[in-house]
Amino acid sequence: MDKLKALARLVVVAAIFAAAQSQASTGAKLEKAHIDPGNISSLQRGAANFMNYCSGCHSAQYVRFNTIGKYLGLSEEDLVDNLMFNAEKTFETIQASMPAKDAERWYGTAPPDMSLMARAKGADYIYNFLKGFYLDPDSPTGVDNTILEGTSMPHVLWELQGYQKALYSEHVETHADGSTTTAHEFEKFELVTTGTLDIEEYGDFVRDTVNFLAYIAEPVRAERRKLGTWVLIYLFFCLIIARMLKKQIWKDVK
Amino acid sequence: MARIEAEVGKPQGGFMKWIDDRFPFTETMKYHVTEYYASKNFNWWYIFGVLAMVVLVIQLVTGVFLTMNYKPAAVEAFASVEYIMRDVEWGWLIRYMHSTGASFFFIVVYLHMFRAMLYGSYKKPRELIWIIGMLIFLVLMAEGFAGYLLPWGQMSYWGAQVIISLFGAIPGIGEGLVEIIRGDYSISDITLNRFFALHVIVLPLSLIGLIFVHIVALHQVGSLNPDGIEIKKNKGPDGVPLDGIAFHPYHTSKDLVGIIVFLMLFSAVVFFAPDMGGYFLEHANFEPANLTATPEHIAPVWYFTPFYAILRAVPDKLWGFILFGTAVLLPMFLPWLYRARVKSIRYRGWIYKSALTIFVVTFFSLGWLGTQPASEIYVLAARIFSVLYFAFFLLMPYYTTIDKTKPVPDRVVYHG
Repeated sequence: MDKLKALARLVVVAAIFAAAQSQASTGAKLEKAHIDPGNISSLQRGAANFMNYCSGCHSAQYVRFNTIGKYLGLSEEDLVDNLMFNAEKTFETIQASMPAKDAERWYGTAPPDMSLMARAKGADYIYNFLKGFYLDPDSPTGVDNTILEGTSMPHVLWELQGYQKALYSEHVETHADGSTTTAHEFEKFELVTTGTLDIEEYGDFVRDTVNFLAYIAEPVRAERRKLGTWVLIYLFFCLIIARMLKKQIWKDVK
Repeated sequence: MARIEAEVGKPQGGFMKWIDDRFPFTETMKYHVTEYYASKNFNWWYIFGVLAMVVLVIQLVTGVFLTMNYKPAAVEAFASVEYIMRDVEWGWLIRYMHSTGASFFFIVVYLHMFRAMLYGSYKKPRELIWIIGMLIFLVLMAEGFAGYLLPWGQMSYWGAQVIISLFGAIPGIGEGLVEIIRGDYSISDITLNRFFALHVIVLPLSLIGLIFVHIVALHQVGSLNPDGIEIKKNKGPDGVPLDGIAFHPYHTSKDLVGIIVFLMLFSAVVFFAPDMGGYFLEHANFEPANLTATPEHIAPVWYFTPFYAILRAVPDKLWGFILFGTAVLLPMFLPWLYRARVKSIRYRGWIYKSALTIFVVTFFSLGWLGTQPASEIYVLAARIFSVLYFAFFLLMPYYTTIDKTKPVPDRVVYHG
């Protein structure tokens, strides 16, 4: 009984902490990316998107083509013909076409490597970032981003998405001393020029790309989960046997 | 008859006698294993010592395989970890076991220490076991800290930057000390190299040595039990404690059940949530160390955060460091801070029970606050909990004396 009580107490404490945690993390409002790591065709489209639109500037230097091919069910021919634009052998890693030195000179900072971006920032972050470019005449690239203000990345996907502007809601804040200031809060985007994809199609395009980025951040994810299930089943049987052994040995303890 | 055989040179007692004449094998096995008697009424709080040993073995074995592929150099470290994760056969499993093992080591050790606080395991005659245990805890903290720098991620780098710079607050020698620790004017390749040396040689060796001494000291006095009674006071005619049962096969067979349950929890994390939502593997550590960009929010790994919260709660750097150090070392004095004759919480009054409950809440709260940005309200909360943390220890001589206790039975309570 005491054990149960102690356990109940632990659960209550854990629940309080969990509640406090979720309260604290409501600050960043990111739209969920709803990626599906098991959807191979989404990953294949994402791979194509990444190689066509991203890999010119962004490397994924820890990711080998043959690793991707194996998981995405792509033959060596598929890889060479469709994904490997600047690589010779399938064991090579994804290197950016643009030299990092030049990139740094042109953009002020070299485009980051994408191998682990989804684990560092989260899939939702990248999803929102790629949908977050808006027109800003003061920026050298003509655009800024709601997720990462002042980003040096241009809106590479403008042909697909079109250009959008950010709309802000204004509300007047009254301070303690009676003075007022007008605060601007981002409300929504409005398309200014349309791209080749409509809003929903562009969302899917970004989702596939992010899905692929999440996959390359941890290619072994599916394998570890599959193996983990077997390990737990195995340990469960070990547990039953160990429990019987213990009972047998402890029979005479009174 | 025996004499005749000896004269003709026939072996007596076989192989084991041959060994035992040269090394006290049978004697040692009897003393530490088959005739080491521990109370039959151990509850599951008593599993964490053996679990700590299991984690130690996991860490040592996976650690050896990691060193075979890891490169302790600033330009290569991060990439070599990714190489292990992606290209080395089973490298991902070895790495996740090691990173998960680090967190589980602390979970298990914290629970092991809490068990001692529940049942008064540190009281006379077990003070030395407790002190050695505290030394193990200190070395473990150093081991965890040194190991965390090795992946050379953003949080590795900046976390180490923050913690090492703390030593700079020590008047007079601070600056020099920081330079000695880093081996450089900032955290660099040189720091990484020496932390690697500490992490794989000095600290693990110290850990193994201290654990050995910890167990030798334990077997000298014998294990306590949830009733806080010395079972050696009630011995049978054969000299065996009436409430004691042999470590092997009784406790070993029970421990095996606990070990498998532990391995299931451990595997659940390794295979299904190796980052544990950013607590076991911090998100920012998936970015390589960048000397020019400080992460938005620097937080040490969860097992240091209770003490980190105390550090941050103090506005002055030196005093923050002093209180941080005191908070870590204070439990070492528990054998003398705790004044009651009754050891086990089972026979303690409401005062100690409440104090211990508040302490648990305090420790968890500090741990959580240490992971959060230092906003005004959080710092205030951290200050309140810091006071509670110190009050638990410093007021202990008083409240453990006035607390009413219940009568302690002569024999341990065991329901079969």
